[in-house]
Amino acid sequence: MRKYLLVAAVAAIVGLALDASPALARKHKEPSASGREIRIGNIMPYSGPASAYATIGKVEAAYFKKVNDEGGISGRKIRFISVDDGYNPAKAVEMARRLVERDQVLLIFNPLGTPSNTAIRGYMNKKKVPQLFVASGASKWGDPEHFPWTMGGQPNYQSEGRIYAQHILKRRPNARIAVLYQNDDYGKDYLQGFKDGLGAEAKRIVAEASYEVTDPTIDSQIIALRSSGADVFFNISTPKFAAMAIGKAYDLGWHPIQYLNNLSISVGSVLKPAGLEKSIGLISVAYYKDPTDKRWEDDPAIKEWKAFMQQYYPQGNASDSLNVYGYLLAQMLEQVLRQAGDQLTRANVMHAAANLKDLQLPLALPGVKVNTSPTDYFPFESMQLQRFDGKQWVLFGEVVGR
Amino acid sequence: MNPANRKAVPATAAELRAAAVVLALALLLPLALDGYQLFQLTQVLAYAIALLGLNLLSGYNGQVSLGHGAFCAIGAYAAAILMTRFGLPYWLAVPAAGVVSLLAGLLFGLPALRLGGLHLALATFGLGLALPQLLKYKGLEAWTGGVQGIVLSKPEAPFGLPLDQDLWLYYFTLSATLPMFWVARNLIRGRIGRALVALRDAPIAAVAMGVDSARYRLFAFGVSALYAGVAGALAAVAVQFVAPDSYTIFFSIALLVGIVIGGLGSISGALYGALFIQFVPNIADELSSAAPWAIYGVFLLACAYLLPQGVAGALRRLAIRNARKG
Repeated sequence: MRKYLLVAAVAAIVGLALDASPALARKHKEPSASGREIRIGNIMPYSGPASAYATIGKVEAAYFKKVNDEGGISGRKIRFISVDDGYNPAKAVEMARRLVERDQVLLIFNPLGTPSNTAIRGYMNKKKVPQLFVASGASKWGDPEHFPWTMGGQPNYQSEGRIYAQHILKRRPNARIAVLYQNDDYGKDYLQGFKDGLGAEAKRIVAEASYEVTDPTIDSQIIALRSSGADVFFNISTPKFAAMAIGKAYDLGWHPIQYLNNLSISVGSVLKPAGLEKSIGLISVAYYKDPTDKRWEDDPAIKEWKAFMQQYYPQGNASDSLNVYGYLLAQMLEQVLRQAGDQLTRANVMHAAANLKDLQLPLALPGVKVNTSPTDYFPFESMQLQRFDGKQWVLFGEVVGR
Repeated sequence: MNPANRKAVPATAAELRAAAVVLALALLLPLALDGYQLFQLTQVLAYAIALLGLNLLSGYNGQVSLGHGAFCAIGAYAAAILMTRFGLPYWLAVPAAGVVSLLAGLLFGLPALRLGGLHLALATFGLGLALPQLLKYKGLEAWTGGVQGIVLSKPEAPFGLPLDQDLWLYYFTLSATLPMFWVARNLIRGRIGRALVALRDAPIAAVAMGVDSARYRLFAFGVSALYAGVAGALAAVAVQFVAPDSYTIFFSIALLVGIVIGGLGSISGALYGALFIQFVPNIADELSSAAPWAIYGVFLLACAYLLPQGVAGALRRLAIRNARKG
């Protein structure tokens, strides 16, 4: 009996060792940019219900490889360590701890998912590690007073919801509105902004239906929304479900004016699977250039991006706007790191991130400038409305917001 | 007095030696580990408690539960609510959470008495599916924090002991794991364990011999829920966050995987199963970032074919073979 217990103990130690292999070399180094390497952590849902977003992590990895090929930052190479949390907050906590404690990263960049980021926020702020450009538009990421190490990286969901509400009030003041939303932080944030934007007219919402990320389909929700007789539909769902909703609504013969949340505007991963003809008339917002938009065909930034995709991320989908988002954010981080100069400490990086002034990134829409300050932790606050014409998104109106 | 009715079964010398080795390892190894590894080990201990409970119900008593994650969630949320709403210290909240999940287990187990086999599996599956959504339900949001979950604060070592928080959390979890293992071992080796196994293997004969089927089956449900609840509470304290997304049906299935891989109907199996659930997904991830779940599946298949009685069973066979040789 003792023998097999010893075997078990050895197995356990081996298991731990396997998991901790680089740890033997680690001992307490100064985190980050020691020597010639800048270690950047990233948490993405490579598996699970939100895996459509994982391409963001991959395009970012490709971007940093390009930066390295071009000489790195101040002579230092970037080591981009991207791990999977499966969209599970408890796993995200474990991964954050691993990145910070085992891999000794300088910062965690663009971690994705509102619940996962909520789970790690306390830890990141306690350990004073930047949780930078969170891939989530939840309004809670702009709270420098309580969480000075956490900064958002997407336009605020509530602002976007408000923009749609105001457009509806202007164009269809007698609308009957139906809403589909994902039953989590992100869905509820959008809904809140939307209702705030409607103000007293919030009673125009005649039907609300929610779904879980673990649901296999949302057919019943769409059927219920259709039967409410609504003529305006606000679709707050992530790519997989948005595609289902768009397709199902059309198939049921329901053709409301549909507002689609910005997370799911990708032609490649949402509209094509839903059916391009079924997506005609969809309204959303944009803050960066859509690669399928003919308007940007000769745009130097888009051409550069397409060349980059060919060379560094050929397996990526060149019509998926998520791949533009990842590139855009990676460029933003590069800017922050260069601004932090030679003193690449965590505090300095955070300081640089909180002092971006009128940064017009080439892939962002003209007029959409990144602005942050020690009291403003929302880098993207302006957007422009756009409508899908069956082939691409066409911008209309003006850039709104700050 | 009839020795068969004695409550506690004395340990053999060999068992005590083995326990001493394991205890020494459990107490001393952590001193050499860093915060992240301690965090992982703490989770392993919590999983082990949950698996112990599930094994009691499904392994020893044959009542298959496909939704045991729900009891972990109940325990986790009970602890979180007690800590944040009622200001209970964590070391009180954990046992209190155990009591809450015990009650939940009894409540669920009572109507479940009418069900057997696949129907019970389906009922528990339903529980496992429903609970995360219930936790997000608007009406309960004031208590559960809805989709936002509940953030907990990290416990400090008591009496100002100069212990790292992670180290303290590990020892605290260990101090719960050890007695729970000991109690489970005594339960299984004693009268109750025999009754549970008899009800699994030959229910008609057992009832004919005077074993109260309803009472013991309900007992199994309650106790296994208690174990799961304590495990959930301990894990919640270690992660400092409870959210409905952590307790999806996949988690319940992972628990089932744990007891089968570890070894159904074995106490030590709970520990092996916990090590499997905690580390194999990470190993799979490092082996292949493109298809980690495929690797995980391969691991599972390999274990199913090579270790039909789980790791514990395989080790037992090894020990028997060595004893025969020597």
